[in-house]
Amino acid sequence: MTKTNFNIPLSGDRSMPIEGFDTSLHLKHAADQAKARGFDRFPIIDVDSHHYETESFSEILEYLEDPVLQQLAKTASASRHGAFGMLPGNIGYQDMGGRVARYPLRQLEKTGPEAHRDITLTKRWMDALAVDIAILFPTPMLNLGLHPQIEIEVALSRAYNRWLTEKILPNDPRLRSMLYLPFNDPQATYEMAKEFAGKPGVLGYMVTATRNRAVHNDAYMKTYAFLEEAGLPLGFHASYNWNDQTMAMMNKFLSVHALGFAISNMVHLTNWVINALPVRFPKLKVIWIESGLAWIPFLMQRLDHEYYMRKSEVPSLTKPPSDYMREMFYTSQPMERPNDIRELEQTFRMINAPTQLMYSSDYPHWDFDVPSVIYDLPFLSEEEKRAILGGNAARVFNIDIKEKLAKSI
Amino acid sequence: MTEVFVAKTGEMASGDRRIVSHEGVEVGVFCWEDKYYAYSNICLHQGGPACEGLLMHQVEDVLRPDRSFKQQKFSETEINFVCPWHGYEYDLKTGRVVADPARRLKSFPIIIREGNVHVDIN
Repeated sequence: MTKTNFNIPLSGDRSMPIEGFDTSLHLKHAADQAKARGFDRFPIIDVDSHHYETESFSEILEYLEDPVLQQLAKTASASRHGAFGMLPGNIGYQDMGGRVARYPLRQLEKTGPEAHRDITLTKRWMDALAVDIAILFPTPMLNLGLHPQIEIEVALSRAYNRWLTEKILPNDPRLRSMLYLPFNDPQATYEMAKEFAGKPGVLGYMVTATRNRAVHNDAYMKTYAFLEEAGLPLGFHASYNWNDQTMAMMNKFLSVHALGFAISNMVHLTNWVINALPVRFPKLKVIWIESGLAWIPFLMQRLDHEYYMRKSEVPSLTKPPSDYMREMFYTSQPMERPNDIRELEQTFRMINAPTQLMYSSDYPHWDFDVPSVIYDLPFLSEEEKRAILGGNAARVFNIDIKEKLAKSI
Repeated sequence: MTEVFVAKTGEMASGDRRIVSHEGVEVGVFCWEDKYYAYSNICLHQGGPACEGLLMHQVEDVLRPDRSFKQQKFSETEINFVCPWHGYEYDLKTGRVVADPARRLKSFPIIIREGNVHVDIN
């Protein structure tokens, strides 16, 4: 049920009473930017955005097929709060003490009966950002790969995927997803990939990167072979895990967030390349999601440096790791903005950004990027901007989009 | 000079703000401890509504004499307004970016006349 007011605690014994929230008003300046820049002239595809699936958790639980687990989950949710007890907890302060106000105020936003609340809220920000098609990912479930009970990752992800493909995606063609794969169970991963391929709105599959499973394990080869054959991209979505031993040495959210997202994808990408998976599955499209961009030149240089000395360890590689990395795909957010723009330009050059980079907003999360962060870059041509904002994604995901679907401009 | 009416004097309490606009220029006008401050409502980061977020005192570290960390506290004098999109903080009294004081929001003159507060959006 939507709340009607919220009192944000402030500094100095003050507080700020808020009686409503409207995403369209919150993002009015993004809509102004879209109009000023003429975003109505070309499609924009957002390859990494989010919803809060736990707001629909009672609906998702209806899709749990294990009756005992379903009863446990329903009771835990009803007697405590939301998904509490079912999802691995994650310490964090994304809202910065309420400074990023849409976190606490989201609960105040009103929606009508015409569509599922999830769809209505998603399309509001899409229209403001002039995003035509958005690939939606979950939020709290990004840490489901850390659940110690593997059978719960399998059961909950399957319930989520069913809910998403039966109640959300079929009801609006602008909403798409790369479905969650329960990677801690390789056989279930394979079966999930096969079962949901071809469902409405399913553009590929996503593995959450915060987990302790090596991507080169032989048990995953049949899944990779299936995805390659089916032409379905595989994305690795980064996150952070403050309970990880390395992360646990850091005491600030800033530190854990800055390093955690990059490290989780660096580990998997290193395993992916060094174990010659690009050689074994040359047509499988692999996407590295939500780690920013600065880590890629670093990793290219580190791996190449060792490759030339230790070639005997990687006989299947026929070229340096960076060459394989330049054939992979990356999402843009959170795009670092160095004071010296030449550093960013160098990163774009090193990753072949005009063909390999895909815009992502990460909305509604705290460090989201509006499309103008790409469009306003001085070193890109108009053609390159449009490719990164939509054209590359249309090619990678085989999306046939010719007309503008966003409404606000 | 284009004077835009903001409020009657005494109408805004300390901590209140108004967003006014003229020909597409949005300005946030703050009242804080009997003074008025006016800045562009376009965040220098990604263009968010910089003046529409929370007012928060500056966070400060408190160290012990041996330089070990004791705690954090809110400043008693330094107050910031925070862009609600991403949390960029601006010094309320100068409009400078707290994390990069070399950059600042455009400020606008306040004119108080005949019991009214105006901002000069030029």
